[in-house]
Amino acid sequence: MGERLSDVVNRTAPRLMDKRTGDILIWLLLLSAPFWLPAAGSYVELGTRVVVFALAATALNFLLGYTGVLSFGHAAYFGLGAYGTALTIKFLVASTPVGMLVGVVVGAIAAAIIGLMIIRLRGVYFAMCTIAFGQVFYFIAFQWFSLTNGDDGVSAWHRMPLDLGFTTIDILNSSNAFYYFVLAVFAACVAAMAFLLRSPFGRTLQAIRENERRARFLGIPVDAHIWMSWVISCFFVSVAGTLFALMNNFVDPRAMRWDQSGTFVIMTVLGGMRSFWGPLIGSAIYLVLQDYISSHTENWMSFIGAFFVLIVLFFPRGVLGLIGRKAVS
Amino acid sequence: MTQLVLFNLFNGLIIGAFYALMALGLSLILNLSGVINFAHGGFLAIGGYLAYSLVPYLGYWGALLVSPFLVAFIGILVERVLIRQLYGRDPLYSLLLTFGLAFMIEDGTRFIWGAQSLPFQIPAWLSRPLSADYFFLTGYRVFMMLLVTAVVAGLFVILNYTRLGIRIRAGTLDLETVSVLGVNVRVLRNLNFGLGIYLAGLAGVLAVGMLGLQPNIGDNLIMPSFIAIIVGGLGSLPGTLAGGILIGVVSGVTTVFLPAASEAVIYVMMAAVLIVRPRGLLGEEGRF
Repeated sequence: MGERLSDVVNRTAPRLMDKRTGDILIWLLLLSAPFWLPAAGSYVELGTRVVVFALAATALNFLLGYTGVLSFGHAAYFGLGAYGTALTIKFLVASTPVGMLVGVVVGAIAAAIIGLMIIRLRGVYFAMCTIAFGQVFYFIAFQWFSLTNGDDGVSAWHRMPLDLGFTTIDILNSSNAFYYFVLAVFAACVAAMAFLLRSPFGRTLQAIRENERRARFLGIPVDAHIWMSWVISCFFVSVAGTLFALMNNFVDPRAMRWDQSGTFVIMTVLGGMRSFWGPLIGSAIYLVLQDYISSHTENWMSFIGAFFVLIVLFFPRGVLGLIGRKAVS
Repeated sequence: MTQLVLFNLFNGLIIGAFYALMALGLSLILNLSGVINFAHGGFLAIGGYLAYSLVPYLGYWGALLVSPFLVAFIGILVERVLIRQLYGRDPLYSLLLTFGLAFMIEDGTRFIWGAQSLPFQIPAWLSRPLSADYFFLTGYRVFMMLLVTAVVAGLFVILNYTRLGIRIRAGTLDLETVSVLGVNVRVLRNLNFGLGIYLAGLAGVLAVGMLGLQPNIGDNLIMPSFIAIIVGGLGSLPGTLAGGILIGVVSGVTTVFLPAASEAVIYVMMAAVLIVRPRGLLGEEGRF
């Protein structure tokens, strides 16, 4: 038959530069962003948004690119993280870390339960079930008016400054401080995912992606591994969700709608699924473009839609995949 | 109380008929081409809006007849230009492409016909209640039920007794063999896509007669249609039909007792089916 996903992502791209050089370059760019973003005619908040979405897309890529399982419902766990944080800070404890903790726990538990129901499914069927289950939480957030304020969203709360005991970091009023806070969380999560992917567990996931049947014959409990990969992926998406709520000081049901899930997938594909940094690059391109288009036209939805279509038709390997292919020829 | 239950039961049947009509189209396309058509709700909206624009020229009945065929034609064009290129590739890409299409269609209808909702006139004699006791039994609702029944029956006749239908069903089971036997699979998939989109367009014309016109009218119908397919069983059209009507009725009856849960209950049903019988009510073992 035709081209499969694994065929596309498997063509290993020769590196334009040493891997370590690339890593250092990316971290330098991220660390210095508050200094060069305003100079480039942009603003720090856009950088914060890029990092938040990059975390979500990288987490999705853990499942999509490295386990070979397609989820189109990750927005649900992103949104659960966001709602958990917002509601905790608003009603229970006015503390940023506690809010984040609750959000992540809620998102991960929901993912663990739903994962049990769908891990036996594969391919299109799995994708469809993730979409449908993703919408459950959207409807709950939409209709549980007394708790979530429905369509209007959870407002009238804000992130709290970080109290470290000896000093306080004012992430509320200083957008630079908040950027570095988000970047620190991003760094910790990304490092954890990179560590997992290099471990025997991560190699097993990649073996499942390459050839599930062979992995099964080797005695690998495939379903259990896919379940763990799913939960890990959703866990980190929830972390991104908590950051998203803190970033906006607000959350509404649109954070968990299916178009949000689609956004994560397109960011991942746009940057390049096989590469670890692909989702970060995809997130940056997507958000800068969205920022630009939506400030110039009312019909930004058409442009974003056309953008999806064009990427699928002409750019399925993503930016990093394309760079790799150029280097071959 | 009886009246209330009957009212919601009947409502559920109508909603279920819509879900079934949408889901049958989705299912046809999914079974033969392996494409989840996210833009299905968009095609439904186009059906409604085209009918709205055609009514001044053709009258209601003309619009009801012509609009779904126009939508099907648009669908056939879209398949030829865009979707065809994705066959055999990972489902990820067709999902993303139809997802983008859904965005473009929603924005396009908003651009052409405006963002505000528009009323859609149906013939006056259709909108009258048929009985004083059962006010909800309007002629339009009964007419919709009859039409949907007729169309679904027609679909199954096509699938069972015409050459095209038999080839579609054969292709669902083993496309390669069908191709080897000399059937032009590209044309088959193209026509099948058009057939699925026709059903969406028809559902659109019927839906706007009840709900009025809004650019995002398809949004609320597409998720339950996915669930109808999952509950009914992937790969089985009778299953999809049963799934659609079942979730419509269950959701309608739930409205009587717990209105807030009328949306959630269909997801609970999906979860129950996935736990007890992952292949769905009438799905085949091991197909997915």
